[in-house]
Amino acid sequence: MEVYLDNSATTRCYPEVGELVYKVMCRDYGNPSSMHRKGVEAEHYVKEAKETLSRILKVNGKEIVFTSGGTESDNLALIGTARAARRMGNHLITSAIEHPAILNTMRHLEEEEGFRVTYLPVDANGQIKLDALKDALCKDTILVSIMYVNNEVGAVQPIEKAVQIVKNYNPRIIFHSDAVQGFGKYRIYPKRLGVDLLSASGHKIHGPKGVGFLYINDRVKIRPIVYGGEQQKNIRSGTENVPGIAGLSLASRMIYQDLEMKVALMRELKEQFLAGVTQIESTRIHGLVDENSAPHIISVGFAGIRSEVLLHALEERGIYVSSGSACASNHPAVSGVLKGIGAAREYLDATLRFSMSEFTTKEEIDYTLETLYNCVPVLRRYTRH
Amino acid sequence: MKFHSFLIKYGEIGIKGKNRYMFEDALVRQIRYALKEVDGEFSVRKTHGRVYVDCEGDYDYEETVEGLSRVFGIVGICPVVRLANTGFEQLKQDIVAYVEERYPKKDQTFKVEARRSNKHYPLNSMEINCALGEAVLEAFPEMKVDVHTPDILLNVEVREEIYVYSEIIPGPGGMPVGTNGSAMLLLSGGIDSPVAGYMTAKRGVALEATYFHAPPYTSERAKEKVVDLAKQVASYAGPIKLHVVNFTDIQLYIYEKCPHEELTIIMRRYMMKIAEHFARQNGCLGLITGESIGQVASQTMQSLAATNAVCTFPVYRPLIGFDKREIVEIAQKIDTYETSIQPFEDCCTIFVAKHPVTRPDLGRIEKSELNLREKIDELVKTAVETAEILQIH
Repeated sequence: MEVYLDNSATTRCYPEVGELVYKVMCRDYGNPSSMHRKGVEAEHYVKEAKETLSRILKVNGKEIVFTSGGTESDNLALIGTARAARRMGNHLITSAIEHPAILNTMRHLEEEEGFRVTYLPVDANGQIKLDALKDALCKDTILVSIMYVNNEVGAVQPIEKAVQIVKNYNPRIIFHSDAVQGFGKYRIYPKRLGVDLLSASGHKIHGPKGVGFLYINDRVKIRPIVYGGEQQKNIRSGTENVPGIAGLSLASRMIYQDLEMKVALMRELKEQFLAGVTQIESTRIHGLVDENSAPHIISVGFAGIRSEVLLHALEERGIYVSSGSACASNHPAVSGVLKGIGAAREYLDATLRFSMSEFTTKEEIDYTLETLYNCVPVLRRYTRH
Repeated sequence: MKFHSFLIKYGEIGIKGKNRYMFEDALVRQIRYALKEVDGEFSVRKTHGRVYVDCEGDYDYEETVEGLSRVFGIVGICPVVRLANTGFEQLKQDIVAYVEERYPKKDQTFKVEARRSNKHYPLNSMEINCALGEAVLEAFPEMKVDVHTPDILLNVEVREEIYVYSEIIPGPGGMPVGTNGSAMLLLSGGIDSPVAGYMTAKRGVALEATYFHAPPYTSERAKEKVVDLAKQVASYAGPIKLHVVNFTDIQLYIYEKCPHEELTIIMRRYMMKIAEHFARQNGCLGLITGESIGQVASQTMQSLAATNAVCTFPVYRPLIGFDKREIVEIAQKIDTYETSIQPFEDCCTIFVAKHPVTRPDLGRIEKSELNLREKIDELVKTAVETAEILQIH
């Protein structure tokens, strides 16, 4: 049995999306900037994608910019707006548990471009401390970036409240949210929330890799970070990834179809898994388990087993999961997020992330639990001294 | 002026008496192997006790030199310009043109060294030397002749064609792989063992390798890394047959039955036994390890002796007297270092004790191993039988 529980790392493409991408690559392969019919055809896909996303997010299609994925969206959002708003101030705020695409970009702005950055601490549930946000705001603050759903423990951030605090302090401060893990799991309406910039990625929603988008409220001033042929109103030069954009659009439509039902199903499976896994001795669930946690992410510590070992043991039995966050797992450093939420030492190097999708079934969860019941006691017998 | 050929200089092969043809054939074979992937058509030939690589048509000069500089046995690589024999006046012009093009800086000393295997040529070697030297001096008055230590040694060989060369690119030295049998390398993902393989192959020894992995304690990526290392070593040593042994059950069994501070030593003894089994099966003449005295607890003199005691084959340890720094230097030179330092756990470190024995007593170790009596033979047999074999080239 193959059980893929690493959907926060990436997802299986919807077959319909795969077919569409192939069709656009091989048949409707024009360059949207070309003046002839082939170009117009290609441009239709891009327009259609903007319309689809504008309906899903309830924004204007002109406010969508396509990128190469979540990381580029985050880079464009932070660097592009920080540079454009430089004269207003030089202070940026983010949280300590952001994805590296945010943290390392912030670090760049701090070290190379002279900005000052505040990293907000989180509570034991993995949610940012709103008091700390209040205290951090100052007259120099120009940008706040808080993720929608944390990718390691699944904590949903109090975005609405955070936006209120920020905008009450100074409505001109730009608010960005990295929604790579939230898009496709929640109905997100940036304008209602007051979010000015929002990042998302195609391959986390059963779409293609190498494509994503950034919502940019039309009042926000942003500078490009790549230069070239001035496509997409010169915010993001480079020939549009038309097959990817078409695929992203279709995947977005498909994932938002019957979303509430799919999410309810994932919640059910999550509860089943939580009930089962806590039967095992010396385990700990990180973060929240109620509605304030993402429906698809479960982070579990197994004391006494290095996460990598349990990961490979599950792999041998066809179950694919992540240790910590997949994006950082090439260098098996201890997770900053787990430290951030104050997880006990014995769990820092002993935590796995199980992440589901709409394709996950009850049988797969049963099989995973059964496998854990077998593996965990055996692996605990052999430990390093 | 384009180089049409490479004259291959070899060192120790020359002194091997009646075995010489064998060494030369191996050298030719290894050169062909090294140039297999290089852009261009090459023919490798032996004539007059020399090996030449002729390059037909267009070829990638840099890649060719790089390929050749990986062939053990080659001491020097001389890029040769081949000229048609169309009279001495033409030759003078060509030599001047050669110097003009190859040496933009003319403020240098030179010497012409002619050799004549075509005895019908109208001038003898001395006359060629003088006449060509004069032509060069006339064309470039800044240049001077120095017959003892010239900056530029212009070699002119008169055969059916005329060969001109003046540059020697150093080769790796050593002896062609395949002239000294084969040996089994115990390959881990570390820095040392690939270097040990390289050093042994340099003396003409073909390689096989054994790698021990311990899933789920070691990952698929750790194995990928070892395959990458083997590929890199194979770019010098020729194709390598890699035996991948699943060591998990043996390791866990030792962990369960033996004192933990002896774990590493006992484990290594079983690794040697299994590697020796494959060595015997495949006609190897010895084992190779990357051990260096005192580097870690399992490489003290006592530990080496205890590990060695299970082998009947000779165990070669080409790095035995090297410091880590020296090993790293070679690893960087042969481009295995970057791969070796990728942080994947290997099976030697997963259960390592806090205080492993550094002066193991063979008697005590053997006594501990008695605890393994019941199942170990069966486990070793399974490990050997289920080993995966990969052909690396």
